[in-house]
Amino acid sequence: MNIHEYQAKAILRKFGVPVPDGHVCYNGASAREWAKRLGDGPWVVKAQIHAGGRGKGGGVKLARTSDEVRSTARDMLGMTLRTHQTGPEGKVVHRVLIENGCNIARELYVSLLVDRATSKVTVMASTEGGMDIEEVAAISPEKIFTEAVDPLVGLTPFQCRKLAFSLGLNGKLTNKAAKVLSNLYTTFIACDCSLLEINPLVVTAEGDLLALDAKFGFDDNALFRHLQIADMRDFDEEDPNEVEASQHDLSYVSLSGNIGCLVNGAGLAMATMDIIKFSGGAPANFLDVGGGATTERVTEAFKLILSDKNVKGILVNIFGGIMKCDVIATGVIEAAKQVSLNVPLVVRLEGTNVELGKKLLAESGLNIIAADGMADAAKKIVRAVSGEKGHASCTCSQPAATA
Amino acid sequence: MSILIDSNTKVITQGLGATGLFHAQGAREYGTRMVGGVTPGKGGSAIDGFPVFDTVQEAVEQTGATASVIYVPPPFAADSIMEAVDAGLELVICITEGIPVLDMVKVKQFMRGKNTRLIGPNCPGVITPGECKIGIMPGYIHKPGKVGVVSRSGTLTYEAVWQLTSLGLGQSTCVGIGGDPVNGTSHLDCLRMFEEDPGTEAVIMIGEIGGNAEEEAARFVKEHMKKPVAAYIAGVTAPPGKRMGHAGAIISGGKGTAAEKVAVLEECGISVASSPADMAQALMQVYRP
Repeated sequence: MNIHEYQAKAILRKFGVPVPDGHVCYNGASAREWAKRLGDGPWVVKAQIHAGGRGKGGGVKLARTSDEVRSTARDMLGMTLRTHQTGPEGKVVHRVLIENGCNIARELYVSLLVDRATSKVTVMASTEGGMDIEEVAAISPEKIFTEAVDPLVGLTPFQCRKLAFSLGLNGKLTNKAAKVLSNLYTTFIACDCSLLEINPLVVTAEGDLLALDAKFGFDDNALFRHLQIADMRDFDEEDPNEVEASQHDLSYVSLSGNIGCLVNGAGLAMATMDIIKFSGGAPANFLDVGGGATTERVTEAFKLILSDKNVKGILVNIFGGIMKCDVIATGVIEAAKQVSLNVPLVVRLEGTNVELGKKLLAESGLNIIAADGMADAAKKIVRAVSGEKGHASCTCSQPAATA
Repeated sequence: MSILIDSNTKVITQGLGATGLFHAQGAREYGTRMVGGVTPGKGGSAIDGFPVFDTVQEAVEQTGATASVIYVPPPFAADSIMEAVDAGLELVICITEGIPVLDMVKVKQFMRGKNTRLIGPNCPGVITPGECKIGIMPGYIHKPGKVGVVSRSGTLTYEAVWQLTSLGLGQSTCVGIGGDPVNGTSHLDCLRMFEEDPGTEAVIMIGEIGGNAEEEAARFVKEHMKKPVAAYIAGVTAPPGKRMGHAGAIISGGKGTAAEKVAVLEECGISVASSPADMAQALMQVYRP
């Protein structure tokens, strides 16, 4: 789960990480009021969307008077912001953050993440603040410094000092930086983060450190013990289908193709997308119904797939282990009745109770194209979607009737 | 021969709730020596013939179990793993999906210097066909034989096993290492065990996007393995930055793509299937049974 910058900064403030004073606003008038309360300017108006690269897209602007804050906020609210992370469709700005400006002397980079190779939280720091860290890693990896943290001891003061010295900080700034790093680590652990990125962490002309931007990623598996964080979720920022899916315990990701997929198991679901592509088609989604899917869940999954107007056909690929094929078949039949299915449907069943499952589908009277194996299934759905005539009658091994 | 488990392995179940009991019964039917279960507070009772103990320590002392399988819900599963490690079990297989990653970071540190091998979490388990099944996989698709299978995905493992069995190729042991970013046993660990196992002649490795465990395993294949290896990597069509079901299946910062992995695997002499329907076929190209 991700959150907005203003929410991220509120969390950081709570954990003693210095951030600029600011306030989130939903209209121009309140933006002006808050600017006056915050200070004498200048201020920065920042569009709040869940994507990076906002500055280049016109989502971060400086305002010198409170009237300018109001007009800038007004212009920004409701605009569609396009950055390299939003895709061409962009994201609509619903909230802006009004913040006091600061005098930047240096821009640094700090992030924390769980390193899979070492199974430890790693703190990463770089002198190249404000840049994309992947770019820095590619061009000048020597400018990135890392410290792996022993989870039973935590980030130690000497590790913090090492990082601070590597960043070229000295004097009082060393201790200030060590404090910031230590507090960031505390935040990361306390909130079950998967990623915490401060880019840039600035050194001000006055000799202070400030987290000018902040990005959090939270471990979805740990949200059960962070209800306040879970409440920060902004559904406007997410794909509506993915939100709907999560409410039914379905794992779903929208893609741009036209073949809907319904699969059990994440690995098989990915493999199903791949084999569609391999066979010349394009998957419309990733969808894992999970191991314990019920008829209701399968029905919801079908509704979800069909709510995507690009979908011209559906491929169901089930390898029943614990999941029994007859349960899936019943779910498919029930769903097809409820949603008045009018696109080709290819079903591949294998595993526990497969014969019973196939029999149920064959006797359902639905226009289902049966397939043997993944390759056959992919070929059949790609052919059906590409509009070749007679696909159902010539390749279907079961009696096909119109639904 | 096999790796990790065989007909002598005695297993206890941690978390004998509805799910745990169902799979314990399935394993027992398959012939696995399921010797008991642990449910704190219910010690001294028995459920469907399985003696129940309050602690893992007690279960081990009373039954002589050397392995445990965990079905405990995610908030408590990390603690259950550590309890099993503390009781000195040789093998702990954690089926539970959804354990917070920072819990696993602690578990991994806790396990350092101890002799327990952890498989999973978020995995289907381990099976040595015809001898011992620990986990949730359907037993009947397997067949005793000489191909080792290791995978991050459950159903995709079934797919590979089914392809092997359909071609008449049996399996020595099939290991599901799980789809989480921080787990107990890696692809490389399994390849090393398969290489040393006289009962294994060839290996299928199934990977997916995210991390670089497959690349690490591939370099081991190139430098240390004599046995033929085939592989498949899922997620060629996965978009970057999106979690594809498994917590660990995510392309982040442009790293961990399927294309990247396939290139390294091929470079290391592994026969990579470009379609998931051809996993067994890819093995046949490098292995003559």
